Amino acid sequence: MSGTNSDLTEQVLRTSGVNVRKCMRCGKCSGTCPSYGEMEYHPHQFVYMVEKGEIDALMKSSYRCLSCMACVERCPRGVEPLKLIEAVRLMVVRQQGQNHLKADQIPGLLDEELPQQAIVSAFRKYSK
Amino acid sequence: MQKIGVFVCHCGTNIAGTVDVRAVAEALKNEPGVAFSTDYQYMCSEAGQNIIKNAIRDNHLTGAVICSCSPRMHEATFRKTAVSAGLNPYMLEIANIREQCSWIHKDTAAATEKAIILGKAAVAKVNLNSPLTAGESPVSKRALVIGGGIAGIQTALDIAEAGFKVDIVEKSPTIGGKMAQLDKTFPTLDCAACILTPKMVEAAQHENITIYSYSEVAEVKGFVGNFSVKIKRKARYVKEDVCTGCGACTEKCPQKKVPNEFNLGMNKRSAIYIPFAQAVPKVAAIDPDYCTMLKTGKCGICSKVCTAKAIDYTQQDEYIEEKYGAIVAATGYNPISLEKFDEFAYSQSPDVVTSLEYERLMNAAGPTNGTLLRPSDGTHPHTIVFVQCVGSRDISGCGKPYCSKICCMYTAKHAMLTREKYPDTEVYVFYIDVRTPGKNFDEFYRRAVEDYDVHYIKGMVGKVAPSADGKLMVQASDLIADEQLHIAADMVVLAAAIEPDKSARPLATMLTASMDTNDFFTEAHPKLRPVESPTAGIFLSGTCQGPKDIPETVSQAGAAAVKVIGLLAKDKLTCNPCVAHSDELLCNGCSSCEKVCPYGAISYSDKEFKMPDRTIAIRRTASVNAAVCQGCGACTVACPSGAMDLNGFSNRQIMAEVDAICR
Repeated sequence: MSGTNSDLTEQVLRTSGVNVRKCMRCGKCSGTCPSYGEMEYHPHQFVYMVEKGEIDALMKSSYRCLSCMACVERCPRGVEPLKLIEAVRLMVVRQQGQNHLKADQIPGLLDEELPQQAIVSAFRKYSK
Repeated sequence: MQKIGVFVCHCGTNIAGTVDVRAVAEALKNEPGVAFSTDYQYMCSEAGQNIIKNAIRDNHLTGAVICSCSPRMHEATFRKTAVSAGLNPYMLEIANIREQCSWIHKDTAAATEKAIILGKAAVAKVNLNSPLTAGESPVSKRALVIGGGIAGIQTALDIAEAGFKVDIVEKSPTIGGKMAQLDKTFPTLDCAACILTPKMVEAAQHENITIYSYSEVAEVKGFVGNFSVKIKRKARYVKEDVCTGCGACTEKCPQKKVPNEFNLGMNKRSAIYIPFAQAVPKVAAIDPDYCTMLKTGKCGICSKVCTAKAIDYTQQDEYIEEKYGAIVAATGYNPISLEKFDEFAYSQSPDVVTSLEYERLMNAAGPTNGTLLRPSDGTHPHTIVFVQCVGSRDISGCGKPYCSKICCMYTAKHAMLTREKYPDTEVYVFYIDVRTPGKNFDEFYRRAVEDYDVHYIKGMVGKVAPSADGKLMVQASDLIADEQLHIAADMVVLAAAIEPDKSARPLATMLTASMDTNDFFTEAHPKLRPVESPTAGIFLSGTCQGPKDIPETVSQAGAAAVKVIGLLAKDKLTCNPCVAHSDELLCNGCSSCEKVCPYGAISYSDKEFKMPDRTIAIRRTASVNAAVCQGCGACTVACPSGAMDLNGFSNRQIMAEVDAICR
């Protein structure tokens, strides 16, 4: 498979604790996603892409997800697509050598188009 | 001293693949009492059974141990073999070295060692076995069917046609069940009422069928062939044999604000009511929760207008008791509650309905007389969205893990009928998978797509939001087009998962019939005994056993009837000789056993005993009715003085098995 990275896939699966094989491809996650139109890849695709090992592509395009957890809440199979995105984001942070995010770094990282909610949830996750 | 033969089966590679069967046969040769030991590829085959028979005859064996599969599989087979060679069937024991050994182990050395130990335990038991003779018990030639839906009606009709008496117990005031609420039935689209009501009438008029409507099973005692059932006949405050079903009372009743359960609460009925026009029996019932007369003592209008003088406000619940040879559970299903699915706005908007409600909205006898109108404002809907799998295949805890099986087909039916009657309506169906196995089923679904232009979209609805203009904003995914859809719908129809009726669980407890984690009754064997419960004399009909459509339900109902007829046709049943007995000298009369006996087989009486000093003492002792005892062994565990013992599973035999394992 092109563009796959089995080591990264393994890391994403382990950090997220998601079993992508539980997905029955119903698409309810993407049906419920409020940020659908903003995103290059959609919740049901996150799951399938991780299953196929296409983590690199996801790492370049995972910041439009609001982390609102609607997909987690409504998934009938308990797959929790958001957790995959959170794990992918963590991979990005780690690759850049930053295990933790400091508050004073935030202004420099701000992007005009980045939704507020994404900043807050990312900060919640990466700062300890 | 016994002379025991040991027969080790290979079961092809099922056992021999993991267990060194030769070594097992060899090792067991040296056990006390063993006079013969061999192994064979398939012990249950004719050649294998001949090995057993010949060994019993040639070696004058007094007992046998078969090391093979589970006794549930072939104990009966091998006991028959033993009998044909002149051995008492209870002198044969099975050591289960397949399910409990070879199938669950990978290491040959360990599995072989375990198989030898299991064999030793069985040999130790046979050493203490004694021949048992089975008694006989009579069969009550009457069947009970619990539930009066299409499953119960069909089972009852088939049993009655074979010449046996059948009673139907139905908890609502009429038989008919869910099918009576349906409009058309897939895949032929014949009207449900047209094919069901003749059957309801036939059941009511059949000389062999008694219908106890508005009744519930209160207590079940006894065992196969000899059940004793107490039936609660709820007070309907109307004399069933006097009421003519004219309906005058329902028209004059001033309390007309009772939610009509037949139309799923979408319209109102009066406090005295006949569920629907074709109800069987067509007899009114008073709803005590709403009747002004019963609540305050002031009204009595129905009694005044009733020319037949059928109203009786003083009626009480009655109990009747009847003997049955067989019991059929046909308790049916209900759609699940949708309160956990906030995203579909079911409790927020009356225009979001379940499929069963939609069925009533399409039905000529429904709240809108068959004209499809929005429940909120009575206007004609132009855009309708159907959502499949609402709560089915759901392991999140909100729904059910299984596929409800009937939704794909009835949704295709609803979509097709809607397009047929109202071609100006846009119909969308959101599906995860379309599952239409069955005769003419897939063709039916394709007709909806190809001939009726129903928009089938692979994807799921994520959110339904009622908006101020009365529209329902549906947000859904279209996975094939990879886009998110936003549809302004007039109505949303939810294909709610189905679950067993709530009465099934307490009934299963009364019947000692097993259930699965979803409260569906378990069948004795999923393939080979699909209509029998593992509890002897209990049979299963319809959706109480698992989701199924009408054709399947009717087939299963007939199959259950055949099993019942097969049982009732017998004059006597062979009893299980492995029953409990009490040692009067050890019994201290404490009643522990009587309390734990689930079958009511133990009774106490005062008995005279000659004491060593030649006086006579009167002591209270237990005795077991062998015809009622099912050999469960609960009493032997409960007995503090060791007076209770079970034939074929005596305390000594079980301890000998344990000793052999620990040796």
